This record gives sequence, structure tokens and C-alpha cells, in this order.
Amino acid sequence: MILEARDIRKLYGAYVALDGVSLSIREGEFVSIIGPNGAGKSTLINVLTGVLQPSGGSVRFKGKDIGGIGTVALTRLGMARSFQLVQIFPELTVLETLQAAVVSRLGRGARLFASLAGDSQVQADALEVASLFGLADKAHALARELPQGDKKLLDVASAFALRPEIILLDEPTSGVSTADKHAIMEILVGAAKRIGLRAIIQVEHDMDIVFGYSDRIIALHQGKLLADATPAEIEADARVVDMVVGRRRH
Amino acid sequence: MRTPVVLSLVGIAFLGLPVLAPAYYVTLMLPFMAYGVVLLGLNLLFGYTGLVSFGHALFIGIGAYTGAVLTTHLGVRHMELILPAAALAAAVVAAPVGALCVRYVKIYFGMLTLAFGMVFYTFLLKFYKLTGGDEGMRMLRPYLLGSEWPGFSKTAYLIGPYYYFSLAVLVLATLLMWRIVRSPFGLCLKTIRDNPLKAESLGVSVPRYRWYAFMISAVYAGAGGALLATPTGNVDPTLAYWTHSGNIVFMVLLGGFSSFFGPLLGAFAFIFLQDTVMSVFPYWRLIFGAVLAFIVIFAPGGLMGLFARGRRPVEVSRA
Ligand SMILES: Nc1ncnc2c1ncn2[C@@H]1O[C@H](COP(=O)(O)OP(=O)(O)O)[C@@H](O)[C@H]1O
Ligand SMILES: [Mg+2]
Repeated sequence: MILEARDIRKLYGAYVALDGVSLSIREGEFVSIIGPNGAGKSTLINVLTGVLQPSGGSVRFKGKDIGGIGTVALTRLGMARSFQLVQIFPELTVLETLQAAVVSRLGRGARLFASLAGDSQVQADALEVASLFGLADKAHALARELPQGDKKLLDVASAFALRPEIILLDEPTSGVSTADKHAIMEILVGAAKRIGLRAIIQVEHDMDIVFGYSDRIIALHQGKLLADATPAEIEADARVVDMVVGRRRH
Repeated sequence: MRTPVVLSLVGIAFLGLPVLAPAYYVTLMLPFMAYGVVLLGLNLLFGYTGLVSFGHALFIGIGAYTGAVLTTHLGVRHMELILPAAALAAAVVAAPVGALCVRYVKIYFGMLTLAFGMVFYTFLLKFYKLTGGDEGMRMLRPYLLGSEWPGFSKTAYLIGPYYYFSLAVLVLATLLMWRIVRSPFGLCLKTIRDNPLKAESLGVSVPRYRWYAFMISAVYAGAGGALLATPTGNVDPTLAYWTHSGNIVFMVLLGGFSSFFGPLLGAFAFIFLQDTVMSVFPYWRLIFGAVLAFIVIFAPGGLMGLFARGRRPVEVSRA
């Protein structure tokens, strides 16, 4: 078990956003979290990645209770994430963004007088991730000048550049055309293999993607866990299909 | 590229200035170089980390008073000792002040730094025995390179050895800062400036790096403060007053905080503009207020931004 959440509750004021959600993520799994808007998916990701403190329950990562340890420490432990609302560094180039992640991973951020340009390992690693994500030809473009889809990709790519053991992606393909979604997923899966990722958790709305790539699907509804099963089992569950999945085109 | 050419020309001009220009203009270069050091540090905080300090005169004051105390009370006259001591004193104060301030951002950070500046100003004013109150203290002429420069009159000393000493300090400070902003550390600061949330998610500890940047900027301000005290030969509490903090923020804006050399250009323009305007018009702040308003509204990239715009269509403003 890499990641385990037990009985997570999260309140926003009096509003219950998560109500007793438990889940566990095993080695090698690709898990999708689905659910209608407002179901609590992003809240769950934020709790699992230490951005939000749960109102109740506990999260264990690699056997360690990670309640309140903070994002930076979690990153050191081997967890990375991307955001639903794309997060970039507007004034940095694609390459600089990836370099920042590599610098952080290698613990070289306190090198005050070293030359970044002269750090061949940082340069090479950043460039490798850029190529992996098809961003190499835009390596010197400013992040703010990228098209929306590439911004999203950069957000995800920089998380991969941390070479985490587990990665949590909040709607990695939102705002991207259906045709591009599959390309992005192929990139993600390829990159995951390349860096030896131990598990992927993603929030995703596109059911073709969800059913095409997931080993397991977790369905949330109004803050509660509705289902946690294989794609085949989910597809056979009329209640989940009705409430969350919807009728799929075949 | 063009930059090395410009820098070489500027370098030659600086070296030749004491021989070519009237003494008056050479003495104006002294505060410019002192502020240059201060602003390099301030802009690490402002342009590279995204934090605007409205209390940085605090550290200028600490540096200047360190110089005064060392030369008048403790018999330490060597500038090579005074500068590190001023930087160290600034660092000692900046460590706790910074640790508190960096927990806040935007206007709260600015206001907190302002508050600490006011506290120090009041301290200088009220602890008369230690600080000389509003009259301040004398800063004796420091020795340079081990020499008292005995044959030199005050002006000859200032426009000769002291000018070149200041220049050397400014060049050294610039080279160090040039390395810092191009280091892995510098990159981490920029991630924090651009998006603290994302920076944290990449494992960059935002408060820690902000504190580092604060410390470095205080060290620069301390050294610059000591450098600033010599030409006037006197230090007084206005050095630490909030309007002084405002002036150096203005210099950064004037030159352009998005550019490495912008603040230096800003210091230069400020000093000479102030000198010109003051000689013809007593209400120089009126003019400066108008200039500041103009820059904020029409040229957010400062003077550097205007020059850059003339060359290539870059967008300098950071919305
Ligand atoms: N910071 C917040 N404060 C108050 N309510 C919030 C906050 N964030 C999310 N919510 C509410 O919690 C519910 C779950 O939100 P979220 O986790 O973003 O859902 P999802 O990602 O599944 O669309 C929504 O009803 C949302 O309005
Ligand atoms: Mg969401």
C-alpha cells in the first residue's frame, strides 16, 4: 500500500465536502476519481497532497501519517501533483519551469553562487522531461505565452520532473480537445513508465479516458464514496452509471 | 550582444570620471554607488522574489550607524572591516525581522517592514546617549587599503581613493548578485515570485527562500549604508526614516525592477534628477511624485523598459 486514506472528513464551515471517504492505492495502480462537479474530488486531492488539513480521518503515505506535514515535505517523500486550475510560472520559460523542479528534487536550491546554466545534470534532466512531454521545441517559450493545452501539459510535466513515486493529477486533460486528450494520456503513461512511477491518481471527466486507462475507478457523490471498483465492475453497476458515469457511447 | 558593449563603455566612463568631470559631479556619484549596492539587494527581494519592502532604510541605517560607531567610538577605521561589520549587523537584525515578515505577503509584508523601520527610527531618535538623537553621529573618514590618505583634502579623498573604492565595492556587489540571480537559488526565488502555490508543490519552501532573499537584501543594504555614510561624514535618524525607504523603492521603479541593471539606472537617474530639480525648484518631491505616477501608469518597466521597448517589442509589465 502506497497511499491510504481512512475516514476522511472535510468541512468548509458547516458544508460537508467529504464525508467519511476511505481509499487505498496499491503499487502499480492507475486510479481514476470520478464524480459530478462539486462531488469533492478536488478537495480529496488537496487533502491527499497535504494542501488541506482534513477535519477528520488520516492519510498515510508509504506507511507514514502525513497529516499536516505540508506540501514541501510531501514532495521530498515522493509525492507530486498538478492542479485543476492550471498553475504555471508566467515569467519563466518551459525549460526554467522544469529546471526548477529538477533543482528542487536534487536539493540544489540553496546553491547561491553556482551557475544554473552550468549545471549539466539539471539541464539534461529538464530537457529530457521537456522532450518526454513534447515541449522541447517550446523549451524557451515563456509559460504565459503557451496555448492553454501546453500550459496544462507543463503543469503536469513539472510534477513529473520531480520524479515522484506517486502522482495526483486533478483533471490533467480539462480544457483540451477530445483528440488531444488521448495524446496527453499516452504521454503521461509513457512518462510514468520512464521515471518508474509507482502509482497515478487522476481526476477525470472523460469516460473514454477513465475506462481506457484505469485499473480502478473511485466514484464520489456529494462527498461520499459511491463506488471503488474495476472498470468492468463499475460498468455493470447500474446505480453508479446512472449517478456518475452516464450512458457511454460505444 | 549589446550588453557587453554598453557595460564596457559604462565601465570606461566610470574609471575616467574623476579625471574628466568636475569634482561636484564626481561626489554625486558616491551616493549613486552606495545606493547601487542597496538596490541590487532590494531588487532581489522586489524583482526576483516579488516582495516589496517599505522599511529597507532600516538596514541602510544600521549599516551607516555601524560605520559611525566603529570609526568614532571603537577606533576601527579600516573600511575593509567596516563594510563586513555593517553587513553583519544588518544580518543580525534581519534574521528575526525577516523571519516574521516573510510569513506575510503583499501589503502586509510591506507594512510590517515599514513598522520595523519606524521602530528603529524611533530608537535612533530616543536613545540619545547611544545614537546622538536627531543630531546623529560623526562618521570619521575611513582608511582605505590600510592607508589614511593623509595628503588628501576631504574632497580629494572623496573623488579619488574613496570614489574608486566605492566603485570596486559596487562592481563586486554586482558580480555577486549577477551570479545569485543566475543560480539554482535565483531560479527558486523566481518561482516564488511567479506562483507560490506552484513553487510549494515543486518542493520549494516559500517562507525559507523568502527569508534567504530578505537576509541577502539586508546584507546589501547594510554594506550600502556604510558606504553612504562617508561622503556626508555624518549619520542621522533620517537615514532610517520611512521616506528614505520610499525613495529607494522609487529608484527601483524608476529604473525598472524587471531588469537586472534597472535599479542601478534608477539610482543614477534619481540622484542626478534630484540634484537638478532641487537646484531650480524647492519642492522636488512634487516633481518626483509626478514622475512616479507617470512611470507606474505609462512605463511600468521603468527606464530600462523604455529602452528595451525601443529595441524590440517586448512586454515588460507583469500584470
Ligand atoms: N474553499 C472552499 N470553501 C468553501 N466551499 C468549497 C471550497 N472548495 C470547495 N468547496 C465546495 O466543496 C464542494 C466540493 O468541491 P470540489 O472538491 O472542488 O469538487 P469537485 O472537484 O468534485 O468538482 C463544492 O460544493 C464546492 O463548492
Ligand atoms: Mg475539481
